[in-house]
Amino acid sequence: MTYRVVHYINQFFAGIGGEEKADYKPEIREGVVGPGMALDKVLGDDAEIVATVVCGDTYFASDVEKASVEILEMIKKYNPDGIILGPAFNAGRYGTACGAMGDAVSKELGIPVVSGMYKENPGVEMFKKSLYIIETPDSARGMGKAVPAMGKLMVKLLKGENLGSPEEEGYIERGIRKNFFMEKLAAERALDMFTRKLKGETFKTEYAMPVFDRVEPNPPIKDLSGCTIALVTSGGIVPKGNPDHIAASSAQNYGEYDISGVDDLTSDKYESCHGGYDSTYACEDPDRVLPIDVMRELEKEGRFKKLYDKFYASVGNGTSVANAKKFAAEFSAKMKKDGVDAVIVTST
Amino acid sequence: MVHIATIVPISLTVGANRIVPGVAIPYPLGDPSKSADEEKLIRRQLVEKALKALQTEVTEQTVFKDEE
Repeated sequence: MTYRVVHYINQFFAGIGGEEKADYKPEIREGVVGPGMALDKVLGDDAEIVATVVCGDTYFASDVEKASVEILEMIKKYNPDGIILGPAFNAGRYGTACGAMGDAVSKELGIPVVSGMYKENPGVEMFKKSLYIIETPDSARGMGKAVPAMGKLMVKLLKGENLGSPEEEGYIERGIRKNFFMEKLAAERALDMFTRKLKGETFKTEYAMPVFDRVEPNPPIKDLSGCTIALVTSGGIVPKGNPDHIAASSAQNYGEYDISGVDDLTSDKYESCHGGYDSTYACEDPDRVLPIDVMRELEKEGRFKKLYDKFYASVGNGTSVANAKKFAAEFSAKMKKDGVDAVIVTST
Repeated sequence: MVHIATIVPISLTVGANRIVPGVAIPYPLGDPSKSADEEKLIRRQLVEKALKALQTEVTEQTVFKDEE
């Protein structure tokens, strides 16, 4: 059987025009348009492009939801078995449109979706988890490389064949874990890797570590006497009973707690909900993790102007970097708005 | 921002720029083996060190160890 594929391209690749035509309203045409011709050849006898959606990048970007719904309706009429979008190379709006449209198709129609983008296209970060994105060069000069890879991957998906690793298939890692058996034991592989490293040869890790970003140190605060200072902790100090149900590990949220008028954290009102250390001592005296008592003393002595009247707490026990970043971005914005000048973060 | 952290290597890995080492994992700002007054003094010294760290110019990740 020949599978039916619908292709999505922008106004530029359809030959309609560049930026001046970027508000072009979506339309669907029978058969191939522009790069679809080469793509159709790659699909061979297995599949054919039955229709092509053309949409202006600005039109799509200005109301993603509306455009997605409109295009989805057009696509449905052609009863496709799969959708190919782009390649968008390094075009940001085009890449975002391909990603958003692919995401909508895969959710609504549940059929295979393949796009192609340059690795730094913003569409990659936004949608690599939702669809297969073939890694392409940064400009249309890479069309000859992008199209065969996209077509081949689509055929595999349509036929339900097993996919190889992202490197083998040429798509950008989606963060999916798949279990399989290796021929050699872990100890042997580790030794192989180690000896390669000793010899100065190239080796490939089996588990990539997260990359942590670096920030420039902030300038010092010469005079603290006019400053509001806040306390934040990853040590799980919360009001007794853990009202926000912060998880003992792999936290999904953080808490914001009012401490105006609180001079000392006592075991009858506060506790630690952290599951990664023995919390006996922290529950006995939560100041051992979050030093409110001492901060109040220093505040009264005028060492700084004010202890911020809220503290933020979460649990840093297996909590993902992504979550931690999200929490901090949220509460940092609040503190900034409230005029906090400096923060002391405590970690167990 | 200053990070009072017991496991300094983690703080360095995640990228804190001003780091003050804590006492121990279950009580970074205390020591239950000491009397209440002694313990509070330890805590106060650490917080003061953190405040001083905020007032110190740094150009790279810096661990504020013992008092100079």
